[in-house]
Amino acid sequence: MTTDVLIAGAGIVGAALAAAFRAEGGKCLVVEPDLVGGGATAAGMGHVVVMDDSPAQLALTAYSRRLWDNLDLPPNVEREHRGTLWVAADAEEMAEVARKHALFPASEILDERALYAAEPELRPGLAGGLLVPGDSVLYAPCAAAWLLRLTPIRYAAIAELTPDGARLSDGTTVSAGLTILACGAGITRLLPQLPIKPRKGHLAITDRYPGFLHHQLVELGYLKSAHGHSAESVAFNVQPRSTGQILIGSSRQYGDESPDIRPELLSRMLRRAVDYMPRLKDLQVIRTWTGFRAATPDSLPLIGPVTDRLWVAAGHEGLGITTSLGTAALLLDRLLGDPPAIPPEPYLPDRFA
Amino acid sequence: MIPVTVNGTPLTVPPGTTVAAAVMRIQPAFRRSVTGESRGPLCGMGICMECRVTLNGHPHERSCQLLCAAGMEITTP
Amino acid sequence: MTRTLVIGGGPAGLAAAWAAAQSGQAVTLLDDNPALGGQIWRGDIPARYRRFLDPRITVQTGVQIHSASQLPPADRIILATGTRELFLPFPGWTLPHVLGAGGLQALVKGGLPIAGKRVVVAGSGPLLLAVAAYLRRRGAKILLVAEQAPYPRIAAFTRGLWRHPAKLLEAAQLGFGLRYRPDSWPLRADPGSVTLQGHGVLRCDYLACGFGLVVNTELPELLGCRVENGRVLTDADQRTTVPHIFFAGAGSVDRSLLEGQIAGFGPERGRALHAARAAAVAFDRCIDIAFALRSELLSLTTPETIVCRCEDVPFGAIWPHRDWRSAKLQTRCGMGPCQGRICGPALAHLCGWPAASVRPPIFPTRLENLLDLRD
Repeated sequence: MTTDVLIAGAGIVGAALAAAFRAEGGKCLVVEPDLVGGGATAAGMGHVVVMDDSPAQLALTAYSRRLWDNLDLPPNVEREHRGTLWVAADAEEMAEVARKHALFPASEILDERALYAAEPELRPGLAGGLLVPGDSVLYAPCAAAWLLRLTPIRYAAIAELTPDGARLSDGTTVSAGLTILACGAGITRLLPQLPIKPRKGHLAITDRYPGFLHHQLVELGYLKSAHGHSAESVAFNVQPRSTGQILIGSSRQYGDESPDIRPELLSRMLRRAVDYMPRLKDLQVIRTWTGFRAATPDSLPLIGPVTDRLWVAAGHEGLGITTSLGTAALLLDRLLGDPPAIPPEPYLPDRFA
Repeated sequence: MIPVTVNGTPLTVPPGTTVAAAVMRIQPAFRRSVTGESRGPLCGMGICMECRVTLNGHPHERSCQLLCAAGMEITTP
Repeated sequence: MTRTLVIGGGPAGLAAAWAAAQSGQAVTLLDDNPALGGQIWRGDIPARYRRFLDPRITVQTGVQIHSASQLPPADRIILATGTRELFLPFPGWTLPHVLGAGGLQALVKGGLPIAGKRVVVAGSGPLLLAVAAYLRRRGAKILLVAEQAPYPRIAAFTRGLWRHPAKLLEAAQLGFGLRYRPDSWPLRADPGSVTLQGHGVLRCDYLACGFGLVVNTELPELLGCRVENGRVLTDADQRTTVPHIFFAGAGSVDRSLLEGQIAGFGPERGRALHAARAAAVAFDRCIDIAFALRSELLSLTTPETIVCRCEDVPFGAIWPHRDWRSAKLQTRCGMGPCQGRICGPALAHLCGWPAASVRPPIFPTRLENLLDLRD
């Protein structure tokens, strides 16, 4: 079979690509061995968040968040503009609040009193925080399905890349003008030279407690504890779902590729959450699970060509939901020869060549 | 006999009575489903979660698996 | 001294704990219910089985297990996690007067007054008769026992009972004076009534229904035991695919007692019971054949019928999906606090979808119970 663009992966990134390319009239085919939005897309928190670990990360997340806000999503995507509340435990973290405030438009510095007014369940003794009202949460598997609603999907794996497309596990050969691999951490099966490693995470979700939590809360220590590249870390990161459920994260670890729950790490993550928000311990946990982020050495995704006809869009680590739309826009601009909204160079795969 | 309250209504039950049985003495419905339907116990063995009540202020307790104790305050939405 | 941990205090678990204690093992018996006896006995263990309560057994009831790492240290683990009822969704099955057959019995045992109440018992299997007889003893008016299996199969099964005089007598005692109607099943329930195939509308206070039994495979699966087609795989000694873990129960009481003893005694002494178990297994197979679910039951579930009661997902939203995981992700079916225990077996029946994988906590639990797990 033939297509203009063959997209490998029906996660949020592949879905965003398909939606963008289709909108320009291109003929797309998505191949997916498992389910729409069934990998990291389903495992993650669905947080659309502006982050500033690096200028390039800030540019891509801010651009992508604008693109999300331009979409009129259906109700089952459960998008809510909860806003992110970065929680500062001490004076050192309040300095970080001030720094972020300068970078994040429309953000608001909260002192101790304002912090407890915003989130009364936080433990006493915290210093304050930064409220970023434009951030949102959404249910990513349904977002992926919605983005893919007009695109044909073939449920098969890519057995082998060919000079003009791919041979699929079901025996089909697809020839395509352009092939884009958007298969997250699984991409190294096809392109082992890419510096992408799976970084495992745990999450837990509670029964429904409407009104318990109002914003997506993230500890500012997150930068110290989770975004470092140490082998194993946990951070306080909780999110109110539109159902009233509380989603509790997060953990990060390299070198464990089993999807099984690591009970000790799960407990460590939950203790961190209870440390910030003591009454969480009374809530009923109904489910826990793990997922794999596709991590790169510089925490920036790989977006761009490997060869003329083989492009990649992977390595989004914990920000794939947020940056999926920006990723798709950058690649579409490249295909059409249009000037990109943000400089694409920091994300080009050949930076690691 | 053990005194409890169900939505504020005082009630005494014999020892060994489950919280679910105490509620059913007063009313058939235990909870509102997520779309607002009235629901009552189904499995009676702690699996289906339809019999969840608020017990002494703690929501989502499985009433069929718990025995009544003196002074328990049982509430249903 | 061999340390044996038995999980589940129903007939199989009690028999296993007793047999293990008899053969000199140090036995701990855990159960998550307030009392021993499992769903069938519920603290009311028949006199002839009370010998199983050997004083040497350390018993802990009301114990919740959330993850494998919480289990006390043991050389052998015997899982006797029992069964739950299979519920098939039909219009109105979510109304508060519709309960499980075993569920209503459990509630009555837990102190629900039933005297004078009009009860219809419906679904399939020998449990219906036992429940109806129990409720009648407690004063309920049993309007009808509606059994979906066709009359010829029930008749053939009953004729076969002469080879099992004790069971024949039991069935006769249970069924005496009850209106028992094969070829009948609930088509829909409305507030205060049920409409039955071949019978019409019956006004009732309770509709108690169950369509057979589903094995509780969650804990065995979490411990790594292989499960196929809803059954835990075991060898002749009741050993699972994990060498130090055994599984017993999940059939009739007779079979559960034998499987429990075989697991408890261990291979050598247990061997003496293999022939008796084979007979019990054969009898269970006759039950499975007689009460196999008829295909008409598949059409009871309409597109509007709620299948996932936790998240209120109707069948019409679920069936277009490729499998249960896809339906879960896109519709929330099975994502609620029962963790798919009710809708999962129903969808296995309706769509042929196998169950999804198990993660801790095995049951919803307060977060504080998960703060000190070990690997």
